[in-house]
Amino acid sequence: MKLSLVNPWLLKQKRNKLKISIIVTLKKAVLDPQGKVIKETLENMNFQGISEVRQGKYFEIDIQENDFKKAKLKAEELCEKLLANLVIEEYQIIEKK
Amino acid sequence: MKSSVIIFPGSNCDRDMAVALEKFGFKNSLVWHNETKIPKTDLVVLPGGFSYGDYLRCGSIAAKSKIMNEIINFANNGGLVLGVCNGFQLLTESGLLPGVLLRNKYLIFICFEIHLNIKNNSKNFLKKNIKKTIKLHIAHNDGCYYINQDQIKKLEDKNQVALEYSDENGNVSEQTNPNGSLNNIAGIYNEKQNILGMMPHPERMIDPLLGGEDGSLFFKNLLSKK
Repeated sequence: MKLSLVNPWLLKQKRNKLKISIIVTLKKAVLDPQGKVIKETLENMNFQGISEVRQGKYFEIDIQENDFKKAKLKAEELCEKLLANLVIEEYQIIEKK
Repeated sequence: MKSSVIIFPGSNCDRDMAVALEKFGFKNSLVWHNETKIPKTDLVVLPGGFSYGDYLRCGSIAAKSKIMNEIINFANNGGLVLGVCNGFQLLTESGLLPGVLLRNKYLIFICFEIHLNIKNNSKNFLKKNIKKTIKLHIAHNDGCYYINQDQIKKLEDKNQVALEYSDENGNVSEQTNPNGSLNNIAGIYNEKQNILGMMPHPERMIDPLLGGEDGSLFFKNLLSKK
C-alpha cells in the first residue's frame, strides 16, 4: 500500500512544539499540612517505611519552540510570574519526550 | 470621602463591604475587575471571597487582573488600600505586601469570632482607637501567614505587624492562634503603612445586631483621614 504524502505544514507545526513538564513544590522550610495528613493516612492504611510526604503541583505545557533551551527560558518566566510563588515554592522544568 | 470596592469573579463580601462603607458616610462605587481605570477615589478596598474559585493559589489569578496595575500605581503613590480576607491574599500575591497565606494548619475551614490585639495603630488605619483588643469574625481556609526568618525580623523591626490573634485580654499565645499563622499575625501593613491586609472581616461587625461593633473602628478611622 502506498503511503499518502504528509502535509509539510502539519509536519512543521508538529516539529515546532515541545512538551514541557513543570513541577512546583513547597520549599523545605515551609510546613505542608496536607502532605502530613496524607502520610498519616498512608500509615493508617498499614503502608510502612514512609518517612515523609510533600504535596505539590504538576503542569503540562505545550510550547511552540524547537529548541529546549529557549522553551526552558520561557517556562522559567511562566513559573516566576504565575505558576509558582517564590516566597514558599520552588519549581523544576523537565522536557517531556 | 470616596471609596472603591473592586469585584472579582468569585468575590462574595463586596456588597457587605459597600454597605459598611456607605453606613459610615463613604461615597462608594463598585468597580469590575476588567476595568482599566479606577474612578477618582481616596480608598480602594479589595473584598473577601473566593476569587476565581481559589484556583492555582488563593488570589493568584485575581492578582493579574487588568485593574491591578492601576491599584499598584495608586498604592505606590500613597493611596490607601484595604484588603480583607481574599483581599489580603491578593495583596500578597501581587507583591504589595510581603509574605504569603498558606492553607490553615489544622486543615479546616474556620468560621468564628476571634479577639485581636492591635499591635500597631498606624496613622492611617487605627489611629483614634481607644481599645487595645477588638472582637471580629474570621472565615477562611487559607489564612496561615508565612514569611521567612529574615523578613519576619524586618517586618517586626519596622513595626509592620498590625493585628495579632489573641484572647479577650490581648494575650498572644499558641492557644489563641486559630490557623497556625507565624507569630499569630492576622494583619500587616506595607512599609509606608498606607496598605493594610487582614484576614478578619471588619465589615461583618458594624452593628450590635450582627454581634458587635468593633469593625466600625476601621471605617470611622479611615473616614477621619480627610
